[in-house]
Amino acid sequence: MSKLLGAIQQNRESLLQDWLERLRSAIQRRDLITDQELKNQASEIVALIADVPQGTTLEDFNAAGWQALKAMLANISVSRAAAGFTPSETAIFVLSLKPALFAIARQQPGNNADELFSEVLTANEFVDKLALHTTDSYIHGRDQIIIRQQEEMLELSTPVVTLWDGIVALPLIGTLDSARTQVVMESLLQAIVQTNSKFAIIDITGVPTVDTLVAQHLLKTITAARLMGAECIISGIRPQIAQTIVHLGINLQDVVTKSKLADAFRLALERSGRKVVRLDKPSDGNVVGNRGV
Amino acid sequence: MMERIPILRMGNYLLVTIQVDMHDKLALTLQDDLTARISEVDAKGVLIDISSLEIVDSFIGRTLANIASMARVLDAETVVVGMQPAVAITLVELGMSLPGIRTALNVESGMEYLRDTVGVHEGSDDGIGDSRED
Repeated sequence: MSKLLGAIQQNRESLLQDWLERLRSAIQRRDLITDQELKNQASEIVALIADVPQGTTLEDFNAAGWQALKAMLANISVSRAAAGFTPSETAIFVLSLKPALFAIARQQPGNNADELFSEVLTANEFVDKLALHTTDSYIHGRDQIIIRQQEEMLELSTPVVTLWDGIVALPLIGTLDSARTQVVMESLLQAIVQTNSKFAIIDITGVPTVDTLVAQHLLKTITAARLMGAECIISGIRPQIAQTIVHLGINLQDVVTKSKLADAFRLALERSGRKVVRLDKPSDGNVVGNRGV
Repeated sequence: MMERIPILRMGNYLLVTIQVDMHDKLALTLQDDLTARISEVDAKGVLIDISSLEIVDSFIGRTLANIASMARVLDAETVVVGMQPAVAITLVELGMSLPGIRTALNVESGMEYLRDTVGVHEGSDDGIGDSRED
């Protein structure tokens, strides 16, 4: 068993000072964390290593005694991920403990070369495991952030707007995948019920590509809306997308499609028995024809 | 006592409001009752309100489609109204787009549709859902 743990307990003050000095020179993003915070975290970690329960060794990192240290490191990593540190900066925080431990092993009196080597090896493995644990937690923290952002984006990206009494529109922007289409479908159907709309216009001007999957999702949404008693109109089909749809053999025969949102809106108004007309302006000298729409 | 779904008569039309969870037997009973009632009162239109129906499976979906087809054979236009979004999504995911069924958002627009269509078929009716007893 290594004598290193005992040495750490005896020299914890000097170890902390040594580590802090190395940290200060290693961490470049001093704007993201204050000196005091760094010192608090480091001293807490040194304390957790030094005050580990009796019988816990440096060699056995899976021991129950190290749980508190692991939890502490995980906390630090997650907060680092949220603060915007890079993975290497987060790892350096732990890895810079290594030379400090080596120094302590070297100061031990009566160590011959063999003993020193084994102490260094122990310290090396211990810190490596700490660093790996830190990196794992860091990545986990990052994943959480990404998942949260994805959810927020899903909510943001599917607004259903009311164009008129009984006419809603859903302007789609960005690539449609299964998860997003599900949200789109649900929010559209919900809006149809809430606003009592007989017509729903799905505008796909902002959808960059339409493949068979997207088309299938669209058709499903349209069918579901029809089952509820509303009629769907697709608008904003660009020439390339029209070509793709035909080349892929997607059957849009039963779906009303219009090239512009305005055309779809006009059709919806017509079908609900309304009409948009230009008001006559007798005083206007221009010869623009008054076109009833 | 056997559970039944009430079928109300309004002039030429029959009104069915499903307010309980449909199970298979109930659906079949409704199918029997409704077809019998259509021929009995010579109904020209059937309105099925499923706005309270929250759970649906493929059997119920098919029974609804069957009822609509049977009613059409018996010369009554059928319209299903008030389907919930969740029910619509479920039916679509089950691959049942129910192409033969007429749908409407609510009872009001369903009734409007029936008046329009039945009015066209029945020249003498003028499209007004009167309560004339035959």
